[in-house]
Amino acid sequence: MFLASLALASVTVFAFMSVLPGDPARVALGVTADPESVAQLQARFGTDRPLAVQYLDWVSGLPTGDFGRSYVTEATIGPQIVDRLLVTLWLVATASVLALLVAVPAGVVAAVRHRRPSGAFLSGMSQVGIAIPSFLAGMLLIALFAVHWGLLPAGGWTPPAQDPARFVRLLILPALSLGVVQAAVLTRYVRSAILDVLREDYLRTARAKGMGPYRALIRHGLRNAAIPVVTVLGLQLATLLIGAVVVERVFVIPGLGSLLLDGVANRDLLLVQGVVMVLVVAVLLVNYLVDVAYVVIDPRLRRAR
Amino acid sequence: MTAADAAGALREPGTQAAAARPPRRGRANPNLVIGAVLVGLVVGMALTSFVWTPYNPTRVDTPARLAGYGADHWLGTDKFGRDVLSQLMVGARTTLFVGVVAVGVAALSGTPVGVVAGMARSRWLSEGIMRTNDLLLAFPALLLAIMFGAVFGASTLTAMIAIGVATVPTFARIARARTLQVMSTEYVLAARAAGRTRLAIALRHVLPNIFSLLIVQASVSFAIAVLAEAALSFLGFGTAPPTPSWGRMLQEAQELLSVAPRLAVWPGLAIALAVLGFNLLGDGLRDRFDPQLDDRR
Amino acid sequence: MSSAAGNAVLTVAGLSVGVRDLRLVTDVSFSLGPGERVGLIGESGSGKSLTALSLMGLLPEGLRAAGSVRMAAVDHDLVDASERDMTRVRGDRMAMVFQEPMTALNPLMRVGDQVAEVMLLHDTQPDRRSARAAVTELFQRVHLPDPERMPGSYPHQLSGGQRQRIMLAIALANNPSVLICDEPTTALDVTVQALMLEEILAGVEREGSALLFITHDLPVVAMVCQRVLVMYGGRLVESGPVREVFTSPRHPYTAGLLASSRFEESDTAGRLPTISGSVPAAGHFPAGCPFRDRCPAATEECAEWPGWTGGAAHGFACWHPVGRTGQ
Ligand SMILES: Nc1ncnc2c1ncn2[C@@H]1O[C@H](COP(=O)(O)OP(=O)(O)O)[C@@H](O)[C@H]1O
Ligand code: SF4
Ligand SMILES: [Mg+2]
Repeated sequence: MFLASLALASVTVFAFMSVLPGDPARVALGVTADPESVAQLQARFGTDRPLAVQYLDWVSGLPTGDFGRSYVTEATIGPQIVDRLLVTLWLVATASVLALLVAVPAGVVAAVRHRRPSGAFLSGMSQVGIAIPSFLAGMLLIALFAVHWGLLPAGGWTPPAQDPARFVRLLILPALSLGVVQAAVLTRYVRSAILDVLREDYLRTARAKGMGPYRALIRHGLRNAAIPVVTVLGLQLATLLIGAVVVERVFVIPGLGSLLLDGVANRDLLLVQGVVMVLVVAVLLVNYLVDVAYVVIDPRLRRAR
Repeated sequence: MTAADAAGALREPGTQAAAARPPRRGRANPNLVIGAVLVGLVVGMALTSFVWTPYNPTRVDTPARLAGYGADHWLGTDKFGRDVLSQLMVGARTTLFVGVVAVGVAALSGTPVGVVAGMARSRWLSEGIMRTNDLLLAFPALLLAIMFGAVFGASTLTAMIAIGVATVPTFARIARARTLQVMSTEYVLAARAAGRTRLAIALRHVLPNIFSLLIVQASVSFAIAVLAEAALSFLGFGTAPPTPSWGRMLQEAQELLSVAPRLAVWPGLAIALAVLGFNLLGDGLRDRFDPQLDDRR
Repeated sequence: MSSAAGNAVLTVAGLSVGVRDLRLVTDVSFSLGPGERVGLIGESGSGKSLTALSLMGLLPEGLRAAGSVRMAAVDHDLVDASERDMTRVRGDRMAMVFQEPMTALNPLMRVGDQVAEVMLLHDTQPDRRSARAAVTELFQRVHLPDPERMPGSYPHQLSGGQRQRIMLAIALANNPSVLICDEPTTALDVTVQALMLEEILAGVEREGSALLFITHDLPVVAMVCQRVLVMYGGRLVESGPVREVFTSPRHPYTAGLLASSRFEESDTAGRLPTISGSVPAAGHFPAGCPFRDRCPAATEECAEWPGWTGGAAHGFACWHPVGRTGQ
């Protein structure tokens, strides 16, 4: 199922990025070029072959990280993507952890105290957080922490191996801007999942055994509430990855997003195609992992497979 | 950023009013009121801009560049001396235009697809539709818009089509789920037994029943569309200059963050309030339409 | 009517439950002797479950109890007790089996762990290992099949009857002095209902627990209980030994219940139900005697609450009790 989605997605990406825009040799040389040099360039790019062959050539290289050679710079695309992917993964992973650390307690409290002012306040905050785009959050954080207080750098990147302290200082603001917004969205879903769980009979059973409300919720409620939350978390990770594209631009971070945007600016379509494919694979992979997570969490699904 | 995908895929979270005390009949629902006011503000701003703005929003006035708050320019001017308030007002137009087209595309194509998938006799058809839907879900709005921009060139049109296409699965899913529900009700079974055609059933029973749900989703999707449009303009994949847009105002403000942070504050506030407004409006409408969420037994 | 409560394990006095400005349960008083089995009957919506839940301190959010609920050897009132005090009572001194076995167990946790938990919680078993052994023994006692392997199952792998026995095992694990069963067999197949009742009876007998058994099934009360409380409109309307109440009911409502239960048993031809009308929604009972709008014997006097006639253990609340013709 997962492999079928991958295959379908790769065909879609190939068709959209390689077939629709027309032949790259013609694009590179312009309409006035003589047929001979076009043919020559086509042979060099390999675009004189049938589309099916080109597709198979491209797609068969993907598992080994071979994304082909750029038609514009003639550099191999694979290594660039791998480099940049690592940067983006740092950003996304840190943001997700931050988001979970904030959203789970906030969502639980907002649900348990939903009739009190503190619960309503948390729900309200999460509504406001959802309305703030991550790049706006990024700019606000820069304005405060970098420009106004001068506590943290406004942007840039250092690999962790090179200078760990600087790496952390550079990571904080972008991870926060991505994480805060995700936390707001997640808080809302955690809250609603917990509200649903609070109504469940098994929670009353736990209370009837002599558990206090929070203890019962933690021991019997959280795992049950995790089922809907994991779904959202999956979707969120996907949007987080895409959201990183924008935040990388704000903080001048050389990640996958910057690579993608540079590729578009240079009309380096094969590069763009490669990055898009990586992002789509990541989204599909996350969805697949969500399905796996369901089975791990919920014994009722185990028998069915 | 795009909670909409999630919103479509799941039962939406119990909302404020659902969780609060059972609302008494006739008492105003705060989500609905605040949401409607905020949305009304944005719409009002956009409509007013057709007949009046303080200045021509694209008029460059170099001597007045980076003017602060004042009687001449209420919200000041940007680095070209353009009036910020006028740009905000016309920017609201851009935002609403993109939102209306994107959500329109999504609702008008997603809904019929979902209804067909829900009513189809052939399992192949409904499965095929839903698989295609899932495939589309792997392409979030922003990514799709960047792809469109790369191939066709960035413009308002590509941005709104991309956002619309990316939102189709949300509507298709909701429409299908609700159609399946409606199709198993007794009045539909009776209509089928009486030999009504599928089309007649779809028009008479299914569409009226999913309408309220679609309105709610449209409002929530609108919020996502506003966010996506802002992000795209910020990246330079949306509305091209000189047409004002909130996202691009933010992008232009970024390099001046240390000089004139207010240039980022106003468009930022506009985006946030618009998104908040559409989200609250969606929640409020949901509470209104779906009293089941009321937590009374 | 707080007589005869000298050695009671549970004494309820003037218990009321309300939500905002609405009274759902009014002035309920009764007591349970050690090992005594008492039925609580009444149509759906009479307030039986709320009464039970308020004893456990587990009323749904927004509902409040007033009055007094005392237990022997517990030095505080259970009404308005702190959450910490109540956690020590629940599952230990007082336990409850709910109506719906399909949803009462956590679907993601092995049933053995769910039973062991209640013993570890109250330190009845010192560690996991001994708790596990105790679970197997409990499963044997409630006659669950394969007591060695059953604890490793998840709820969805078990039948309704098996799940309800697990609930019973949880409830009895710590040897409670009061067991409350709220319609424990209503959701079960008819074929396993009788078995479940036997398990409950055997269980309370073994542990010496008093039983408050809620049902609307009168033959079951006759089989399980020694004494019965009849509830309508959130009030107790009659109480007494099962044999006497069932053979010569004094309250017209009890008489109606009995008649309609016999009617259901014996006759399927369409005659009129014996109690006319239906239970009003909460807040729509008439003032005075709540049964007034359905009672064949109602007079103007009934616009006022009749008050209790007789003792706490045996009495009724009615202006015009059904005549004492037999005895
Ligand atoms: N959480 C609640 N909020 C308001 N009313 C309730 C609530 N729970 C129960 N009630 C009402 O209280 C009355 C008694 O309910 P219950 O004790 O469940 O009756 P029984 O168990 O005898 O069928 C019913 O009319 C019911 O609608
Ligand atoms: S008090 Fe009156 S209305 Fe109530 S049961 Fe007795 S006779 Fe009927
Ligand atoms: Mg009940």
